Parts: sequence; structure tokens; C-alpha cells
Amino acid sequence: MSNNSINNQTQEKNIGWSREQMAQRCAKDIEDGSYVNLGIGIPEKVAQYVPEGREVIYHTENGLLGMGNAPSDDELDPDLINAGKKPVTAIPGASYFHHGDSFAMIRGNHIDVCVLGAMQVSEFGDLANWSTGAPDAIPAVGGAMDLVAGVKTIYIITQHTTKTGAAKILPECTFPLTGKGVVSRIYSDLCVIDVTKKGLLLIELAPNVSFDYVQERTDVALINAVK
Amino acid sequence: MINKIVASCAAAVADIKDGDTVMIGGFGEAGSPIELIHALIDHGAKNLTVVNNNTGSGRVGLAALIENGQVAKMICSYPRTANSLVFPELYRSGKIELELVPQGTLAERIRAGGAGVPAFYTKTSVDTPLAEGKEQRNFDGDDYVMERGLKADFALIKAKKADRYGNLIFNKTARNFAPIMAMASVKTIVQSNELVELGDIDPEHVVTPGIFVNRVIEVNNPQQESKLVKEGVVYP
Repeated sequence: MSNNSINNQTQEKNIGWSREQMAQRCAKDIEDGSYVNLGIGIPEKVAQYVPEGREVIYHTENGLLGMGNAPSDDELDPDLINAGKKPVTAIPGASYFHHGDSFAMIRGNHIDVCVLGAMQVSEFGDLANWSTGAPDAIPAVGGAMDLVAGVKTIYIITQHTTKTGAAKILPECTFPLTGKGVVSRIYSDLCVIDVTKKGLLLIELAPNVSFDYVQERTDVALINAVK
Repeated sequence: MINKIVASCAAAVADIKDGDTVMIGGFGEAGSPIELIHALIDHGAKNLTVVNNNTGSGRVGLAALIENGQVAKMICSYPRTANSLVFPELYRSGKIELELVPQGTLAERIRAGGAGVPAFYTKTSVDTPLAEGKEQRNFDGDDYVMERGLKADFALIKAKKADRYGNLIFNKTARNFAPIMAMASVKTIVQSNELVELGDIDPEHVVTPGIFVNRVIEVNNPQQESKLVKEGVVYP
């Protein structure tokens, strides 16, 4: 854990965006015509909130472009699942392919946007989201390292702090990295932050959240760029 | 005459030897050739290195093969799942070795192995613990890690339809690693839901050409791993 955590300063309830609202805020930034890969957890919810009128194709790395909603009981097929191994459907116009091709889409920069969760993000856009490095943990990485290395734009959706109130946005990740300098934008429950060469630019605050409130919960000096 | 159809799962896996490397298709239960895995458990070959994305769930299929003490080493990207009962304990007690590989690197290593490419460079895992000890090289200003192609003695995979030449098509996302594993293995053994006549699969629709396949066994109604896990079935 971070040594610079804010002890006993857990977040007040009912402040900031809900999980749904974080996904909704992120979805606003997914452009029409994008090929998008959504990570497990809150990122999965982004698909529900893409504004009407935009056509977005969802990629799941186990071999499907054109992933649709969860199936009804009649549609359920154990051979049709997403990367989280949950049953899904395929939209008209979908395609299936093997793992080699699927990760060629990722590694070859063909996927436009990937939305992932995070354990830690550094001020330089380094991401740690696969391991705490604990000695007794069973390491498991899945496709996370491939996604951050190959997808053009990486968005992160995360709670701003850990459950115990420790900062997740840090000068340097203390957990093993998933990738270095890979994150473009962070959507937390408190704000939206852009990772730039000048530093972390706070570009939007959740309702009733102040810049200072966010800064107190962030271990890196933020640049206030709220318009 | 070419006829790759064999009579039983037991006959199909009979020559797998102790110490062999076996690639097993499937992503979770989708595409897992459970009848072939159970035949390998009955067969008893030990000290195997198994390549699969995961480590199985419950106490059937791949998890049962591991539990039966036949696997010395797993090469995979994600050894945990919701129903991972077997692997974690064996791993913690040092009874099984793990080579953790990012999923896309695993796929490309298999594809490279099957295509006669001994190594390649990828950006995946640069600056992470998984790149430690690996050769790195800079191309056009970016750092890359060298990864080795991966080959196997056998592949066990599952198809939807097969003919006697070994031409295959798959079902939806159950395709996953099967086509590249078929390419990377000396002997590829396929359990297919259905056997069809030559020509029944339109050549335009063949996903895995028969050249990559050695044996085909028809398994009409394959068991469903998640159902067996739910029922608490233990194999054997």
C-alpha cells in the first residue's frame, strides 16, 4: 500500500459519481465508429451508456467482434462468452476469430479504445492492475498487458481511493506494472483527469466535489483545468 | 486413402508419453475438449507440461487432470477462475510449476511455433516483472521483449464439425486457441460434435485446414463443464 495514504480520511458517503455514473461519463467520450474493448467490472457497464446515434463495435479478446448484450435464457450458449467468461450474444454483423487474430487486433493497434480498472495509476500514466505483488498470491495477468501495450487509447475507470482511503493516483506505482506510460484518461468517482506531459490535468469535477477535496485524496499535485 | 477418424478417445490419446507437452484448447469451458482430457486421465501419462489459458474449474476436465497429479507445469495467462479448486493449493505447496504468460503473447507464441518462427518481439510486458530476464531490443524508438515460439507434442481441441481429412469448423467463441494449437503441435487430436462427408464444409468456410489435424473422434453430445461443476462431479 502507499505510504502516503490518507489515514482515516475515508470519503463521505453520497459524494461524487456512482459506478453507473462513472461508466456513463466515460461512455460520452467513446466516439462514433470506434472499436472498443471493455475490461471486467465497471468498464463493462460503459456499453449501456454510449449516447444514442453512435455505432460502437465491442471486441472481446476471446474471439468476437460485435459483442451484444447478455442473452435471454433461450439464447444462452456456453460457447458464446466474453473475456470475463460470462454468456453474451453476437450482434448482426459480428465475426468470430481465433486468439492469434484477436490479439493481432490488439497488438497491431487496430482497437481504438480500451477501458480498464486500476489498482494504481502514476502521474506518468503507468498502470498497475494485475497483481499486488503479495508473495502468497497466485499471479494471473490475462490480456491486460497486451491491451495496454497495443490499444491506441487506454481509459481507466476507478474509485479515486482504496476502500481504506489510500490514494490510488500516485507519484509512482508500488504494485508491479501492467504497462508504463499507457493511461490517457482517468474517470474516478470524483473527477476526470487527463494524463499529459505537463502532469495530471483535472478537467472535470463530479457535482458538489471541489478541487481541494480531490487533491487531498491524490498523492500527486493536480493541475486545475476545470473550465 | 486418408482417413483421420479414430474409433475412441482412448485410442486417440494412447501414444501421449510421460513428459510430453500438451496444448489443450478452450477459454474457460468454451472449447474445452473434456472427453479427450478425461481419456488422458484414464491413460495416465505423467509429468506433462500443459498449455491452456486457464487451469480448469471444479474437479473435472483440466482441473481433474491437474488434481490427478499428471501435470508438472502449466503455461497459462490466468490460472485463477471463480471455481478454481485444484490449482491454487498445488501451486502454493510447490507441487506444480507455473509459467505465467500474457494472453496475447501466449497466443502469438503458439502461432509462431506453428508457423516455424522461433522467436518474435512484442511490446507486451515491457517494464513489467514478466519481461525480467528476457532479451530486449529497440525498434524505431520503442522497446520490445523477445518471446519464443511455442510448440507441443500433442494438441487436444474441440470442433463443431470435422471431415475425414481433418478440416474443421468451430462454434462461436469456442474457437479461441484451437486453430493455432492445431498448427503448433506435432499431433493434433480433435473431438468433434459432428463428422461430415468431404465437401460438406464449404472450402471457403474451413477454419482449420486438415493438414494441421492428425486424428478426429466424434463426440456427439459432449459434457458441459459448468454443469458438471455445478453438480459437484469429480473425475474419475
